[in-house]
Amino acid sequence: MPELSYREAVRDALSRAMRDDEDVFIMGEDIAEMGGSMGVTQGLVDEFGPERVRNTPISEMALAGAAIGAAMQGMRPVAEIMYEDFLTLAAEQIVNQAAKHRYMSGGQVTVPVTFRTQGGAGWSPGAQHAQQLESWFVHIPGLKVVFPSTPTDARGLLWSSIYDDNPVVFFEHRTLYGIKEEVGDELEPIPLGQARTHRQGEDVTVIATGRLVHEALAAAKEAEEEGISVEVVDPRTLLPLDEDALISSVKKTNRCVVAHEAVVRGGFGAEVAAVVQYGAFDWLDAPIERVGAKFSPLPFAPVMEDFVVPHANDVLEAIHRTVSRT
Amino acid sequence: MAKVEQKGTLSKSDLREFFREMLLIRRFEEKVEERFRAGELPGFLHVAIGQEAVAVGVCRALVEGDIIASTHRAHGHTLAKGTTPNELMAELYGKLEGCSHGYGGSMHLYDIERGNIGANAVVGGGLPAIVGAALTFKLRCYPRVGVAFFGDGATNIGTFHEALNLAQLWQVPAVFVCENNHWAESTPSWQHMPIEDISQRAVAYGMKAVKVDGQDVEAVYKATRRALEHARGGKGPVFLAVNTYRLVGHYIGDPQVYRSKQELEETRATQDPIEHLRTKLELSGDEVEEIDREVQEIVDASVEFAKNGTDPKPEDALKNVYA
Repeated sequence: MPELSYREAVRDALSRAMRDDEDVFIMGEDIAEMGGSMGVTQGLVDEFGPERVRNTPISEMALAGAAIGAAMQGMRPVAEIMYEDFLTLAAEQIVNQAAKHRYMSGGQVTVPVTFRTQGGAGWSPGAQHAQQLESWFVHIPGLKVVFPSTPTDARGLLWSSIYDDNPVVFFEHRTLYGIKEEVGDELEPIPLGQARTHRQGEDVTVIATGRLVHEALAAAKEAEEEGISVEVVDPRTLLPLDEDALISSVKKTNRCVVAHEAVVRGGFGAEVAAVVQYGAFDWLDAPIERVGAKFSPLPFAPVMEDFVVPHANDVLEAIHRTVSRT
Repeated sequence: MAKVEQKGTLSKSDLREFFREMLLIRRFEEKVEERFRAGELPGFLHVAIGQEAVAVGVCRALVEGDIIASTHRAHGHTLAKGTTPNELMAELYGKLEGCSHGYGGSMHLYDIERGNIGANAVVGGGLPAIVGAALTFKLRCYPRVGVAFFGDGATNIGTFHEALNLAQLWQVPAVFVCENNHWAESTPSWQHMPIEDISQRAVAYGMKAVKVDGQDVEAVYKATRRALEHARGGKGPVFLAVNTYRLVGHYIGDPQVYRSKQELEETRATQDPIEHLRTKLELSGDEVEEIDREVQEIVDASVEFAKNGTDPKPEDALKNVYA
């Protein structure tokens, strides 16, 4: 079985889709010769040429909108928005156009476009290159939102995103690009809207996304040594959300921690907490704990950045808080 | 509406057909205004009275397969692109028989089958999609062109500049039709643009730009045909700087406090494209009356059709969110 990094897994899904299907092409800033600012699309221009691996000007509105227009004409474009922070520039096209064409037309058209983007702290880029904005898009009817945390998930979910007939915002985490795992020779598509249980447990469910899945797994290991059995569930697709999987896990463990890198207030964890409390209210033995960034923009100085964003110990502390409630 | 055969010159009967269509759009919009004021139409509405020659001149030059993206002032474009008055009126009444099945309304008119990829209520919102659609035509070697309508106000928004830059850079078969009616809602051009010649904005991107008299339907038709030939022939996009006039307010009920009575009256007296064409064709009073009667009947019938249309069920609101 080949071993792929998260970065290579994303690239593998893109190149397989382009190899199989003339309708798929990718566009974005610096994605051709440079291979993208994160190196995800490295080498693709050599195989597929500049027409299908299309460098764009620094024009997020136009590149997002052009991808939408191509999708409405039957293509399956994948537009790379270099940093999540720049989704703010493309937001009009994603939110008002991509998400609504099908609806406003009364179902006459589909918009099978995928917006790939990445973000995440841990390397001191400061306030405008590492935000986690996934919750903004979860709020928009008509969009799907995906956030994989492993190479296997990234590959299988990106494939499904490309072949979904709806616009998908696909979030990658910068600090995960280097993680590796063995993946199958065959690409197995992972249906959108299916959570993954990374670890079974009895005492607490940690529902985590992105980098925090790995932090939660580290926390779970430490907790285990203390005699606390932790289940770790990654929704993987934030919209639509696999509510049943989350609720049934919490019904088993009776305690819940939600964890993501984005700021806690108004974060995706707030939605998860609402879903879980409503679906598993009678099973909960403690309030749902939320883990996320402190309420500030991302600072530059490493010591401050490290202080703001959550780590395994923050998840562990939340686990301690919830199990200490009687 | 039937398409006239594609040709460089227009016969008197072609122009007579254009006249009929422009008058139909005028009467349609007047009826819309009347029914809105009577409280029958929900939402809010923008009519394009005075701009009919642009809609008809451009759309008559298109061929099967060409597509348009329109604006919040879209009734004329939509009718000229082939949506029937019945389907359009039904949409304005919020009926399932409407061209957007009641999901869109006046500012979101779609007719995908007839090549209308949507009127857009975000100023400049539809331009990037036309670039992407035209890119598809280019990649697929389809002999099709994407046409974006927008006003002078839209030339100040980022999507306009990014879309023109990208279209010219990628040499896609697109035509950008700027309906310069000199008003961005209530703000006159001189307050929103530091230049007088709007075509300079396209020239700045290296794009071929043509100035067109938007009150002369024949001129609009011919300029559009040349632009389409250019774009379809792989020579890149074209910008049409169409000079036109809005003879009414920004929206129905707009008191137009920002506009002098004298200017409005003068513009109405001198810039009516339907009156221009009537004079050119030397149509007699009887001839005009006959055409008018015919289009009025179509408009009246569209109101009847719309009123008898099917109301969506409230829960239909939850359909079409996802494919």
